[in-house]
Amino acid sequence: MKRKIWLDLMLTFMKIGLFTFGGGYAMIALIEDNCINKKHWITEDEMVTITAIAESTPGPIAINCATYVGYSQANLAGALFATFGIVFPSFVIIYIISMFLDNFLEIKIIANAFQGIKIAVALLILDAAISMVKKMKHKPLPMAIMLASFGGMLLINIFSWNFSSVSLLIIAAAVSFCVCLFQDKRKAVQK
Amino acid sequence: MIYLELLFGFLRVGCFSFGGAYGAIPLIRDVVRSYGWLTDEMLTYMIAVSESTPGPIMVNLATYVGSQQAGILGAIIATAAVVLPSFIVILLITILLKALIKNRYVQAILSGIKPSIIGIILATGVYMTINNCISISGAVSVNFRSLLITAILMAVIYVTKKRTKRNLSSIRLIALSALFGIIIYAV
Repeated sequence: MKRKIWLDLMLTFMKIGLFTFGGGYAMIALIEDNCINKKHWITEDEMVTITAIAESTPGPIAINCATYVGYSQANLAGALFATFGIVFPSFVIIYIISMFLDNFLEIKIIANAFQGIKIAVALLILDAAISMVKKMKHKPLPMAIMLASFGGMLLINIFSWNFSSVSLLIIAAAVSFCVCLFQDKRKAVQK
Repeated sequence: MIYLELLFGFLRVGCFSFGGAYGAIPLIRDVVRSYGWLTDEMLTYMIAVSESTPGPIMVNLATYVGSQQAGILGAIIATAAVVLPSFIVILLITILLKALIKNRYVQAILSGIKPSIIGIILATGVYMTINNCISISGAVSVNFRSLLITAILMAVIYVTKKRTKRNLSSIRLIALSALFGIIIYAV
């Protein structure tokens, strides 16, 4: 019985992993179809919760979903099998591609195509950033952190400074945490 | 040691990759360049490959970089490292601490990280776009072909947004840009 649910989880998520092109949100539709409608592993309501949690935790939403559904069905082993299942197909495909890839770039027409693609990728990143800026809270502190990180990262890029973007994130987390502590203290004093 | 470097490099990517596929790219770019694993050219190349193969981009990139640097074992280590943080976080939240995510101080930390990552993504997008058209390092020189493609693609993105109220799918935009690259760079 137990072995069967492990296998079922792994195979279902392998199927989802194999057929999701275009990343994140394309995958949600497939997960809903398989895990809610076909297998009844989770409810529509749970799916909304997972999406919300996935938004505020790191990692691709698909992996977050696989881990959650796997755990809900068969605990730690279930989570492991489901997560393994969703990663495995792309792992195999990319591994095979990586063995043949290098020679492609020497063909002139493909090199030219990639001159164009390079531009599209930059614009996609820019576009993602702009829509995130539009959606974020437009309050003083988040806006200040956003602008400071923007300026910092731009300088790091232009001057090729040896300063990781992760350090920027940690500083931002620390600042936000301190401001929260400070506000709490002030409230306590006022009372 | 390369295995340890892959492990720590991609753990870092896995820990801080908020904000979806293209949001994770600035972070990956930072890590792969700091270790000298990929040039900007190869990274672009791999992003296009990742878009046309199944699976999340950051997992694909981890597998590729791992395999290029240290064969099959490298690929396994890098892929596991990039997945591990989100796996553990979700497990912790579902098992023990559903309330954890609602905790004031956890929220305070998250609400510092999120605007910061948005700023980082924005800076990377701006820098990469400008750098494609104008070479800043050394003597300033303008690449008119890239400038032309950038202008066309921006117009395409803008018009589709106005017309359909939806974003152009990234795969389509990449296909279109490849076409323009072939035509404009051949002239």
